Amino acid sequence: MTEANFESHVPAGPIEEKWDHHKFDVKLVNPANRRKFRVIVVGSGLAGASAAATLGELGYEVTMITFHDSPRRAHSIAAQGGINAAKNYRNDGDSVYRLFYDTVKGGDYRSREANVYRLAQLSVNIIDQCVAQGVPFAREYGGLLDNRSFGGAQVSRTFYARGQTGQQLLLGAYQALARQIHLGNVTLHERTEMLDLVIKDGKAVGVVTRNLVSGAVRSFSGHAVVLATGGYSNVFFLSTNAKNSNVTAIWRAHKRGAYLANPCFTQIHPTCIPASDDFQSKLTLMSESLRNDGQIWVPAQTDDPRSADQIPETERDYYLERRYPAFGNLVPRDVASRASKKEVDAGRGVGPLKNGVYLDLTGAISRLGRDVIDERYDNLMQMYERITGEDPYKQPMRIYPAVHYTMGGSWVDYNLMSNVPGLYVLGEANFSDHGANRLGASALMQGLADGYFVLPATIGDYLAPLLGSDPVPTDDPVFTQSEADVTDQVRQMLSVKGTRSVDWFHRELGKIMWEHCGMARSRESLEKALAEIPALREEFWRNVRVLGENESFNQSLEKAGRVADFLEFGELLCLDALQREESCGGHFRLEHQTEDGEAMRDDDNFSYVGAWEYKGADTAPELHKEPLEFEYAHPTQRSYK
Amino acid sequence: MKVTLNVWRQGGPSDSGAFQIYEVDDVSPDMSFLELFDVLNERLITKGEEPVAFDHDCREGICGSCSMMINGRAHGPERGTATCQLHMRKFEDGATITVEPWRAAAFPIIKDLCVDRSAFDRIIESGGYITAPTGTAQEANLTPVPKEVADAAMDAAACIGCGACVAACPNSAAQLFTAAKIEHLNLLPQGQPERWSRVVAMVDEMERFFGSCTNHGECESACPKEISIDFIALMNRDYIRAQFKQRRLTGQKS
Repeated sequence: MTEANFESHVPAGPIEEKWDHHKFDVKLVNPANRRKFRVIVVGSGLAGASAAATLGELGYEVTMITFHDSPRRAHSIAAQGGINAAKNYRNDGDSVYRLFYDTVKGGDYRSREANVYRLAQLSVNIIDQCVAQGVPFAREYGGLLDNRSFGGAQVSRTFYARGQTGQQLLLGAYQALARQIHLGNVTLHERTEMLDLVIKDGKAVGVVTRNLVSGAVRSFSGHAVVLATGGYSNVFFLSTNAKNSNVTAIWRAHKRGAYLANPCFTQIHPTCIPASDDFQSKLTLMSESLRNDGQIWVPAQTDDPRSADQIPETERDYYLERRYPAFGNLVPRDVASRASKKEVDAGRGVGPLKNGVYLDLTGAISRLGRDVIDERYDNLMQMYERITGEDPYKQPMRIYPAVHYTMGGSWVDYNLMSNVPGLYVLGEANFSDHGANRLGASALMQGLADGYFVLPATIGDYLAPLLGSDPVPTDDPVFTQSEADVTDQVRQMLSVKGTRSVDWFHRELGKIMWEHCGMARSRESLEKALAEIPALREEFWRNVRVLGENESFNQSLEKAGRVADFLEFGELLCLDALQREESCGGHFRLEHQTEDGEAMRDDDNFSYVGAWEYKGADTAPELHKEPLEFEYAHPTQRSYK
Repeated sequence: MKVTLNVWRQGGPSDSGAFQIYEVDDVSPDMSFLELFDVLNERLITKGEEPVAFDHDCREGICGSCSMMINGRAHGPERGTATCQLHMRKFEDGATITVEPWRAAAFPIIKDLCVDRSAFDRIIESGGYITAPTGTAQEANLTPVPKEVADAAMDAAACIGCGACVAACPNSAAQLFTAAKIEHLNLLPQGQPERWSRVVAMVDEMERFFGSCTNHGECESACPKEISIDFIALMNRDYIRAQFKQRRLTGQKS
């Protein structure tokens, strides 16, 4: 890759007009010619499904690849809270500019202004589009759309469908996709996993996949490749992500030349149910909205053996209210998470494993009545009861932070194209819009903005000059070589025949990542991780046990490939955390904090996007820096006291 | 806790399968049912036996991947709960638990407890959408939807597409799944233009794969989202009315 491709392509002009001007300036493909272009979309979540459906509607020939058994299973489906849009239906002073400003500030000034402004502009179109598709958003009695508030904003701009907003938005996009499949514009390949990106003459020309049922390795070629493959929270093993979520697509693209940006920006959500035992396979989120009525506390003395109801008011420490009187229990996610860790680390944790803090709704229940709490949170209370066996109406919930979302991802320019021409990356898989910390209800917004509106408008600029050229045939050496590489790796994993399972390696990696590169990071801890990860990786290739064969449905084999990638990617994440000698958003370096323990950003030295270039298995990756400039939202220190 | 698992093992679609008995001890009551299978699989791998294949992903009861027939009941004994949200504290210490895949001709077995549910996708593709290409939408609040209507549509839309309704039905009928999507869309004002063509297309597509409904109601009691069979009645009404509507339209054309 040459440095020339590392250019953000942000259009000139006032920020409100950039997107309009850009849409006029880009090249177009005329409707009759669109069917001559084949686009491969990998991933069927909000970003991938909406992109594939829209490209199909425009007339492109689309190939959709997903490792799920149906596009509807993608992890976007699990988003609970809602989706932000600057509709200003509440008449409370919201505007596109305010949503833009809140998002840049919430991201701790580490995102690209022009991208965020466009996101805020498109937010209003997303709501219109979803309503037209029949997404059953919550309504007022007059029949108009309802809103609720979310953290990090002083206006009410979140649209929601009960506690299942992600599900309803994904089903809307899935149904639009289903229509295109029915019309023959999109070809669906389910239970098919992308295992390599194919590049010819510097351009992305296709992917190599493995059919998860038959084991068959197969190439797909196209004029452009779109990755919408989600985030990498599962590098920590325990996270709120679905079990199959992984980094493989963007990592393998990285190894073929696509830069990875800001991998150390990971988000820890403060209100998850703590792990109950060593068998824990994943963590479950409890919506942030509980913090509106719940009080967070721990016993004032360490190792207190009493149950919550035995501890009198005077012996409880409501530490958020004490430390942050202005925001209290509603401080942003990163601040709340670090405060909980501090208490648990000091030995004041609660529950059988002393690994949580109380989120107490009992005060609100006696103040407001059980009916009100029921109406607001009933489904969450039930979910908590089901998982823990404890009744949250009688005793406080136990919560603890967990990895939830990753702001980093493939580096992309304003067109969402990576530094590899012809390779686009959308949704959580790219790095673009959330900086160092994402606000609640903004992930759904970004996935759909990218898929419904941004990519369909920008992809023509790349495709138009390719008119008349056919996709590279899949018997070209670039494809056969890549197929051989994939087949080799599969064979290698099966042939180790060691003693430890894939899950064992994944858990061990998770422990290293969480311990040394989790909520708080230091040079010392990161250097430890950077020593331990390569050792674990070496053991993986020497001692992993993958039973069964390639030629049949083999879930251990699928996992082995993903964990092998996490074992490489985790190292890059730690390297990125090590070079970023500042604290910002979800990235907290112990060396860089104020006297009272708050994050200390360093705008003079670190106001850049850190984009890593792969240099080979035994060579250190190279860091490229894209400077960030703030013309409109001027950086200030965040304070919630 | 200690449990005895009686698990259906089948190498592939054309293999003949059989039950295998596994004793699992050191089971924590706080474990989810899928974590029990994680533990079983770890132990099988240690012994050099192939782990049991089962579909799962979000483990929060929303993606619809998990699909186990537990003691003859789809998703097990707890009402309104998908397999992934079922916990071992719901079972007695020393219990014997039989675990099978979904059984339905339209859901062929891939391996062990995994089945192919793509027939559901074919039903949605045949008409389970509102035609609203990106960019065509008008301002959202120009379409008021009465709250009761929006709530009823959401009740139907909550379907996670797991297939428990089909697995529980003695006829392997997919009426509840199909009705939930048809009525989610047919109840809404935005869904009216395609109301009659949608119900006919989707019901006809459904009948290519699945059995017929004879009102047992097993689907409703197995549904992890507790979707009401009232939606089946609404679908049947729409289907019959569509026969007349479609005929009248045909008459106008000629």
